[in-house]
Amino acid sequence: MTSMPGAGRLTPLQIDALGEAGNIGAGNAAIALSLMVSKKVELSTPKASLIPLAGVPDLVGGPEAAVAGIYLEVQGDCSGSILLLLEEESALILASLMVPAESGEAGLTVVKRSALQETGSILSAAYLSALGQLTGLFFKPSVPGFAMDMAGAILDHVLADLAASEDHVLVVETDFIVSGVKIMGHLVLFPDLGTLDTILEHLGVPFD
Amino acid sequence: MIDTVKVGVAELKASDNHDVLASFGLGSCVAIAIYDPLMKVGGLAHVMLPESRSPEPPAMPGKFADTAVACLVEELIGLGARKRSLKSKLVGGAQMFELPGASSAEAKTACGPSVNIGARNIVAAREALGKLKIPIEGEDTGGNHGRTVRFDTSTGEVEVSSIRFGKSTL
Repeated sequence: MTSMPGAGRLTPLQIDALGEAGNIGAGNAAIALSLMVSKKVELSTPKASLIPLAGVPDLVGGPEAAVAGIYLEVQGDCSGSILLLLEEESALILASLMVPAESGEAGLTVVKRSALQETGSILSAAYLSALGQLTGLFFKPSVPGFAMDMAGAILDHVLADLAASEDHVLVVETDFIVSGVKIMGHLVLFPDLGTLDTILEHLGVPFD
Repeated sequence: MIDTVKVGVAELKASDNHDVLASFGLGSCVAIAIYDPLMKVGGLAHVMLPESRSPEPPAMPGKFADTAVACLVEELIGLGARKRSLKSKLVGGAQMFELPGASSAEAKTACGPSVNIGARNIVAAREALGKLKIPIEGEDTGGNHGRTVRFDTSTGEVEVSSIRFGKSTL
C-alpha cells in the first residue's frame, strides 16, 4: 500500500487528465439529462481544480445560495462523492418537466423531490459509467440523498467526508444549462485523495 | 461602520476591534463563538470535524472542534481577554442529508464518516469548551437546516439566520 498522496503533489498534467475524465463523464450525464427532459443540454468545459476547503462554496454561487443538492457516495476501485446542485428555481423547473402538473400543488412536492433525487442518481450513474469505461475501473454509487437549503450547508456534508486529512479538496466541476428553460446546475465530482493514485494510474498519469 | 469579517470553512478568527465575524451556510459544521464580554474581545471558529486524529498539530486548527477551541482561546488571551470571563455560544451541527435506510448498520458503514457528523461536532465542541470551563450561554444546534451566523464581538450577540426559519438572536 502506498502512502496517501498529498494534494500538493498533483502535477498540472494530472489535473488536466482529471478534467478530461470529467469532460467524458459529464458529457455522458448531459446526454442522459437531455433524454430525460427531451431538450438540448449545454455543458461548460469541466474544470479540475485543487481548492482550499473555504473556497468550495464559491464554485456554486456562494455559501448562502438556495440550492437543491442530490448527493451520492462513490465506492468501488476508487472512492469519493458526486453532487448535483441546482439553483432552487432551476430545481423546481426541472421537477415540473418530469412530473406532470399535480393538481394545484406548488413548490416541491414529495413526487417532485423524488423525481429530482432520481435525476441525480441517473446523471451520476451516467457520469460514473463513462468514467469506468475510460479507466477500466469499477465505481459503485450509493442511493441518492436529497436536501434543499443553503449551498454551504449542503457542501459541508460532502466535505466532512474528504477533509479529515486534507486542507484542500480536488473538485471536478461542470456547469450545465438546459436550453429553452431556465435550468442551471452544477455537477461536481469529489475524488477521495486517498484513492486518487489508482485513478491517475489508470488515466496514464501516475504519481512518480 | 462595523466590518463583517468572513470566517470560512475550517478557519478561525479573533477580533478586539468590535468586528462582526460571520460564517455563511453552516450545515454539519459548527460555529463556536467565544468572547470576553467585559474586554469586548471575541472570536469565531467554523469547525468541520470533531477531533484531529493526527498526532501532529493540524495546519488548520479551525477544522477540528478540539484544536479550534484551544487555539481560539489562546488568540483571545493574546488580545487581552481573561480566561475566567470567557463565555461561548454554539450554532450549527445539522444533519443535512437523510440517506434512505441510513439508520441501518450496513448503510452507516457504506455512507462513511459523515453520518451524524453534525451531532458529533456538537458533542466535541461542548466537550472542548467544558474542558476549559468556558460556559455555553446559548445554542442553536442540530436539526436538518443550514444556518448563517453573525457574531458581534463587541456585545457577544449571535444572530442566526436560515432559509426555513428566518432570523433569531442568541
